[in-house]
Amino acid sequence: MEFSFDINTIWFVLIGVLLAGYGILDGFDLGVGSLHLLTKSDLDRRILLNSIGPVWDGNEVWLVTGGGALFAAFPDVYATAFSGFYIPFMLLLFMLIFRAISIEVRSKEEGKRWRAFWDRAFSIASMAISILIGVTIGNIIQGVPIGKDKELYITVFEMLNPYALLVGMTTLAAFMMHGSIYLAMKTDGELQKQVRGWINNSTIFFVICYATATMATLIYIPHMVTPFRAHPEFFLLAFLNMMAIANIPRETQRGKDFFAFLSSSAAILSLMALFAVGLFPNFLVSSISPEYNLTIYNAASSETTLEIMLTMAAFGIPFVIAYTISIYWVFRGKVKLDNMSY
Amino acid sequence: MTTELWARLQFAFTISFHYIYPPLSIGLGIILVIMEGMYLKTGNKMYEVMTKFWVKIFALTFAMGVATGIVMEFEFGTNWATYSRFVGDIFGSALAAEGIFAFFLESGFLAILLFGWNRVGKKTHFFATCMVSLGSMMSAVWIVVANSWQQTPAGYRLVNNGGVIRAEITDFWGMVFNPSSVERLSHTLGGAFLAGAFLVISVSAYYLIKKRHEEIAKAGLKIALLVALFASLFQLFTGHSSASGVAVNQPAKLAAMEAHYDSLSPGDLYMFGWVNETDKKVYGIAIPGMLSFLIHGDPTVPIRGLDSFPKDEIPPVNVTFQTYHLMVAIGFSLIGLTLISIFLWWRGKLFTSVLWLKILVVSVLLPQIANQIGWYTAEIGRQPWIVYGLLKTSDGLSKTVTSEHIIFSLILFTLIYAGLFVVFLYLLDKKIKHGPEAKTKELDFSENLRMTE
Repeated sequence: MEFSFDINTIWFVLIGVLLAGYGILDGFDLGVGSLHLLTKSDLDRRILLNSIGPVWDGNEVWLVTGGGALFAAFPDVYATAFSGFYIPFMLLLFMLIFRAISIEVRSKEEGKRWRAFWDRAFSIASMAISILIGVTIGNIIQGVPIGKDKELYITVFEMLNPYALLVGMTTLAAFMMHGSIYLAMKTDGELQKQVRGWINNSTIFFVICYATATMATLIYIPHMVTPFRAHPEFFLLAFLNMMAIANIPRETQRGKDFFAFLSSSAAILSLMALFAVGLFPNFLVSSISPEYNLTIYNAASSETTLEIMLTMAAFGIPFVIAYTISIYWVFRGKVKLDNMSY
Repeated sequence: MTTELWARLQFAFTISFHYIYPPLSIGLGIILVIMEGMYLKTGNKMYEVMTKFWVKIFALTFAMGVATGIVMEFEFGTNWATYSRFVGDIFGSALAAEGIFAFFLESGFLAILLFGWNRVGKKTHFFATCMVSLGSMMSAVWIVVANSWQQTPAGYRLVNNGGVIRAEITDFWGMVFNPSSVERLSHTLGGAFLAGAFLVISVSAYYLIKKRHEEIAKAGLKIALLVALFASLFQLFTGHSSASGVAVNQPAKLAAMEAHYDSLSPGDLYMFGWVNETDKKVYGIAIPGMLSFLIHGDPTVPIRGLDSFPKDEIPPVNVTFQTYHLMVAIGFSLIGLTLISIFLWWRGKLFTSVLWLKILVVSVLLPQIANQIGWYTAEIGRQPWIVYGLLKTSDGLSKTVTSEHIIFSLILFTLIYAGLFVVFLYLLDKKIKHGPEAKTKELDFSENLRMTE
């Protein structure tokens, strides 16, 4: 792997950062959604919903902006992946729509059946989105049949292979773990006790999935491992990743929920970094021939565009970070319901 | 039907449904700024109650806009992959800019606008409202820039990239300020202000008829009428400059808008009519030479007609003609409605003339229709090009996506959107019937949660 820190590499990293940001931020609210049906009372469900109420929409913007940035910086990757993964992406869109609407309308009506319906829609959509994201990542890790014309021909059944499903479950587990830790910060009393139980169970669920997925990757997907052999310093990432995961139960037991949340965020971030290092300099690996891989060079926009976009990012991202932090600061602490709540 | 038609149908359906909501958000956004500004300035509680009521309506339209908008962001890649490869450099940049400069701003401050009433001070809250409104307009800026580049490409060059031709940026500001950006953006924003203003007008008129929340309804009606006055007159100018721009930059579209076939004769301006595309004739009432006069200041100057274009570069004429004329007719009706309402207000009769209030209640549909069909004129009039003069729509499709794929997703979109629309209308109706809350009761459940250890 030749490594030079050129503008294409910077954009690979930036898109990685946007998608990791999405994983960390929407990750916890997808996790909260996946756990939603485990609570039974209407009050508890409203607390869960309102714990993500002010932020879920902004969290989703990371995905939208990641998609836009991919379109601008690597149009071939955007075009190939989105048209090639047509059916799963459409399902993802439908689930995102359902989820957004469920959150918005669920509490607008008193009826039990109305609320039960939207509760289910919210939770099932959250789980489906998490799994679909994981399945897509799983396929990208394995490599997909991209031809000489840069087009990707794959059926849904080929996509739903055991490895991809395993990555899908791992993603769901990671988000549940992350979401339950977030909830520990947002709840108190009986509900928080219940949430602490979820943290334990989902962490165990995640560790099992993650260990299995790692074994499967090491055995079946050698091209993801080669970069680490060539550059052993990247094993540090794997080490950091394990430390972050191991730190979660420690912080939870000490009652330091915020630090536990930072740990699970670091775990997701380092997982994304491992994924990126394994792929680099490819975006999409062709299972037909390495010649057809879509790389950060053959799939990129012109250098002028990459430079213009970098200027835009340099100008815009500090603002984005500033208001993301201020919003989380304004809404810090336990959930309080008022007459403007969901 | 061909894959191209299915893909176009899907795009038309998803964008039309999406475009019900963003104009409402933009229009209501600016009205919220005025309402909350009045509250800050006067300290009158009535404005606070009014703002909170409209914030709830705003939240509903915003959520619908977000839910249906994500589809748009990804649909270029799923259904129009070849187009995406061709324009990624340019169109992609505008979409990414929309994300960075508009969506983050909007969604971040929306949290404070909706849920921050008890968490931040009044001035900070007002600032958040302004930022949400600004964000919604920034979003329009970038998406209209992207679309205008499709209409009037500029600041680019065509490059052979590994055997495939694509457009690459040469001049970023030239791309942003392409020949149609400014006038199309202002026309789009004007339409959005009208959508928001007439929603407030309609709901306020409804309350006045029902004699409920009269104080809030009167004040809301006044604010919205002033916005409508500004916006409807603004549309005269932006509409005129848009049409003049089309005459210069997209002559085939202009010719289709007025169904002008003969390049040797001056252009007539139809009030209404019906185009027979096979006979190349229009049956209707026109002001002779008026089109030439509006564009060149001289009713005798010939206008380039559809006969001068190759057959395969002519857009569907009658659809373009009809949508355009209906939009113009609605535009003038909105000016009329606004002026008469303001006259009645001045005479002190506005709040009591039930018949007129009833007309105002249904007027909410007019800007919605005009916004939709105005875009139909712009987009259908651009055909057969997806990027005017550079790439045909039929050449922009995804190669791996079949009709079956699109039909599958289109059926699902139709079902889901139909359901969503019913839910949206139901909740909107419920909120309107429920009305503003005079006293804000604080429901603090947090005490219930603090269990004794």
